[in-house]
Amino acid sequence: MLKKLFITAILMVSLYTGAGTAQIEVDITEGTYKPFPIAIPDLNAQPGAEAYALEISEIIRNNLVSTGLFALVDPAAFIQKDLDIRFQPRFADWQMINADALVVGEVGITPDGRLSVALKLWDINGKTEFKFRIKESETGEWIDDAPGAAFVLAIDKIRRLAHKSADTIYSRLTGASGVFDSRIVYIAETGPKIARVKRLAIMDSDGANQQFLTSGRNQMLTPRFSTSDQEITYMSFEDRRPRVYIFDLQTGRQEALGDFQGMTFAPRFSPDGDSITFSQAENGNTDLYVMNLRTREIRRLTEHPAIDTSPSMSADGTQIAFTSDRGGSPQIYIMNTDGSPLTCPSGGSDIACRITFGEGIYSTPVWSPRGDLIAFTKQLRRRFHIGVIGTDGRGERLLSEAYLDEGPAWSPNGRVITFFRENRPGSGPRLYSVDLTGRNLREIETTTDASDPAWSPLLE
Amino acid sequence: MRHNFKVTMLAGLLIGIGACAATPEPQETPPPIIVESQAEPEIVRPPVQPAPVIQQPVGPTPGSIADFRENVGERVFFDLNQWRLDLVDQSILQRQAAWLQSYPQTRILVAGNCDERGTREYNLALGERRANIVKEYLVDIGIDPSRIETVSYGKERPIDGRSNEAGWQMNRNGFTQIIYGAPRG
Repeated sequence: MLKKLFITAILMVSLYTGAGTAQIEVDITEGTYKPFPIAIPDLNAQPGAEAYALEISEIIRNNLVSTGLFALVDPAAFIQKDLDIRFQPRFADWQMINADALVVGEVGITPDGRLSVALKLWDINGKTEFKFRIKESETGEWIDDAPGAAFVLAIDKIRRLAHKSADTIYSRLTGASGVFDSRIVYIAETGPKIARVKRLAIMDSDGANQQFLTSGRNQMLTPRFSTSDQEITYMSFEDRRPRVYIFDLQTGRQEALGDFQGMTFAPRFSPDGDSITFSQAENGNTDLYVMNLRTREIRRLTEHPAIDTSPSMSADGTQIAFTSDRGGSPQIYIMNTDGSPLTCPSGGSDIACRITFGEGIYSTPVWSPRGDLIAFTKQLRRRFHIGVIGTDGRGERLLSEAYLDEGPAWSPNGRVITFFRENRPGSGPRLYSVDLTGRNLREIETTTDASDPAWSPLLE
Repeated sequence: MRHNFKVTMLAGLLIGIGACAATPEPQETPPPIIVESQAEPEIVRPPVQPAPVIQQPVGPTPGSIADFRENVGERVFFDLNQWRLDLVDQSILQRQAAWLQSYPQTRILVAGNCDERGTREYNLALGERRANIVKEYLVDIGIDPSRIETVSYGKERPIDGRSNEAGWQMNRNGFTQIIYGAPRG
């Protein structure tokens, strides 16, 4: 089956051929913030594609609104009703209803029966079009000034078509890479608290297509995606032997990560996908290890009588953040992947540097894909928080607070953090996401209780 | 060193507990005797297969899992974020050891459990630490380590569903489970 997504610059006759990109961009960093007003009328449909056009339009709108960065202009206010992707819109009509950007698109069915979407994004105030940076499917080359974007996928991939479209708009207006065409793996939890069933589950990043990957016979925890979006590593209690496994999404096959004396857990792929860092507990002591997946070579990273766990490698692979209670309580430390001493931000040189010095207990560090921040779970006076801190231990910011907030995971573009939350004592866990700025906290609704979310890379 | 056990004190406790156990031990089974030495404590094993001479009128069959649960005690409880064994825990483990000496064909799984006030991965490590401290204690007072498996369930297997101090206290435990060599009841 054709699985590859085709992205082609569509050749469209545009009345307006001016070059240059407009100045307006959505502010997704800190500071004052106002949602960006955007008009997204239903995309036009070629004959036979009417229902698809409506569905895709709705998904694009939902995706963009879910970020908290965009405000939809009320369709009841639309003046121009005869939009056509081949023609320039009447800018004054859109300016009058305070739309800063306008999406115009067309959905059709290709001769070989697949679904196509073509998009244009108009800068209303600049009276010009936003050019896209897109990848040419035939040559694989990036085109910087594409006048529009087009995608073709099999009809059953309609949601992915919509996510791709939304990602294109989001990227153009925020400057960040996309986020919607991705998946989230998590642990679906059912049953009473004292007999919980925990199984692997997966869904689209917007919560659609939720499905269980395992039966629930064995409890499973902490799934994490590889860079390939086809593999997941996680921990399972199978055979009374808690061990790290790798799950292949295409074949459904699971394989234990090596044969270890002690119990292995807290697995996480390195950002290059070539290795997995994890913990092994043996005779009452937990240390960090890394396994090269190609050579199967295992290297011990720490050798300390304290607990060392939750390793997370930096984006460039040179360092590892982890949780350790070597200082008396769980805190976040950083070490060089090669084990060499490093200069600590707090002074001196050491094999591992503590970077958290705030009040409370810190754990589950996760290095951001952009490399500049580490997300963590913090416990302070009976409350839990998700927060971020600079890799030098500066600039700690808390993004959430609840009875239990745990297990941050980054979106592939490093702009959003998902985690799980128990709102009140005794309430089951649910998945949440929050913007890196701390705005737009929202639940990702799941059919069952859920925990340990982890994001896939952007799909190919 | 994380722990130092007073072998002489243990020997005394073991004898005392043997005497006051709810289920009378068969006469053929002498209480375990621990001989203090400079090196490792040495255990004089009781005779294998002590067949009970007195039929129990009520209660679980001696040597059964139910016997272990009701008359010995299968859990020790830990303080918040701790893995030390206090005197109460030690006396429970001494009873467990005595029972295990009486039924040498049995094997156990010691599980380390944590309350929900911690993160998953750290608690898996902490639970392993707890399970191991129980194992080390049992080994120190004479149980063959090959009879003991350990596992950590972290915070994943609470026995008390309450999200309060009482519940958390129950859930911070070391759980000794007979996994081989004993009938259920």
